[in-house]
Amino acid sequence: MAQVQTTMDTQFHVLAVDDSIIDRKLIERLLKTSSYQVTVVDSGSKALEFLGLLSEEKEGAEAREVGVNLIITDYSMPEMTGYDLLRKIKGSSYLKDIPVIIMSSENVPSRINRCLEEGAEEFFLKPVQQSDVNRIKPHLMREKVMVPNGLKRRKAMADLSPDQKTRKYNNSNNLCGIFWQNICE
Amino acid sequence: MVGTANSFTTGRNRITNPTNHSQKRLQIYHGTNLHFCTTPFDCYFLFAPPATPLPLLPKAVYQRFKEMEVGQLQRSFVEYMASLFREGFLDAQFSQLQQLQDDSNPDFVVEVVSLFFEDSERLLNDLTTALDQPNVDFKQVDAHVHQLKGSSSSVGAQRVKNCCIPFRNCCEEHNTEACLRCLQQIKQEYLLVKSKLQTLFELEQQIVAAGGAIPMVQ
Repeated sequence: MAQVQTTMDTQFHVLAVDDSIIDRKLIERLLKTSSYQVTVVDSGSKALEFLGLLSEEKEGAEAREVGVNLIITDYSMPEMTGYDLLRKIKGSSYLKDIPVIIMSSENVPSRINRCLEEGAEEFFLKPVQQSDVNRIKPHLMREKVMVPNGLKRRKAMADLSPDQKTRKYNNSNNLCGIFWQNICE
Repeated sequence: MVGTANSFTTGRNRITNPTNHSQKRLQIYHGTNLHFCTTPFDCYFLFAPPATPLPLLPKAVYQRFKEMEVGQLQRSFVEYMASLFREGFLDAQFSQLQQLQDDSNPDFVVEVVSLFFEDSERLLNDLTTALDQPNVDFKQVDAHVHQLKGSSSSVGAQRVKNCCIPFRNCCEEHNTEACLRCLQQIKQEYLLVKSKLQTLFELEQQIVAAGGAIPMVQ
């Protein structure tokens, strides 16, 4: 069990968001061939739910730690576009440091600029290929942004003293940091 | 990688000298010249009467026949695949899908293409309904075409994708008649590529059933 935990701690976790089932399958496979741990959702709201932002409605949801190193999202989605999702993430105090990459089938310079200005790291033109996924590495967060999933957890977090918070999360983060340092430096 | 060590399944790694009739037959499947090497077993290949029930032949000869069958199927597969690219049914994105397939995901291409079939049929139905309305919602029609363009682009169905571009122009012009013509054309292209891909997958299944490996096409 401990071994599985370690693997999950050291493997980069990417959250992919796309409303097209074909593109979801494609991006999942591309990311997995690069040995990333992948979670795929079909809408911006599901992504935010996964990241803990919509936990208001999920009072009884199981508290679960969610570690995410990067979010990659399609631009054109119904209800919430990739741009809207990007703004919500950058507007959240504990999510804003997660790097976001936008994908789109349309090469619209004003759209690309708007996303980059809002804080997106990169803009991929669809169909996304292996060469694009290879460009992800430098943008990944060294340490996973540990996002509490569920309102209970967040309330519990708020009650902790700063020292206790550090002890709870930074151990696994340091493991990521040490791993990164050993590999890259 | 293709066939067993002592087989002549790939023309690439065996030298064989054909007589006229076998040369003609082999050239149907593969453009390059194949040469025979003369071993005792090859005369069975040239002269064994078709009426001989295969199980009654020596095991080595029977095996040669099976390997030939695999070889011919593999050559058909390679040629068919090449024609799909040459005729523009498939583009480089399809090759990308094939490269993502490996031993850990042996059915990746079939799975993605199956999703494409389901998704496209749903979209084509939605388009038919949307264009059948007394007051056509062109924004909705455009949204459907945009989705179809995206998914056909993601699997490499080039001709279907190319049909979507004029379609979107017709939507912008709010031209129902033109949209209906585009829809008709897209349906035709879709059915064509669907049947081509199904044939390709059937060839794959025949190769595997005959005991061979599916050739990698770069």
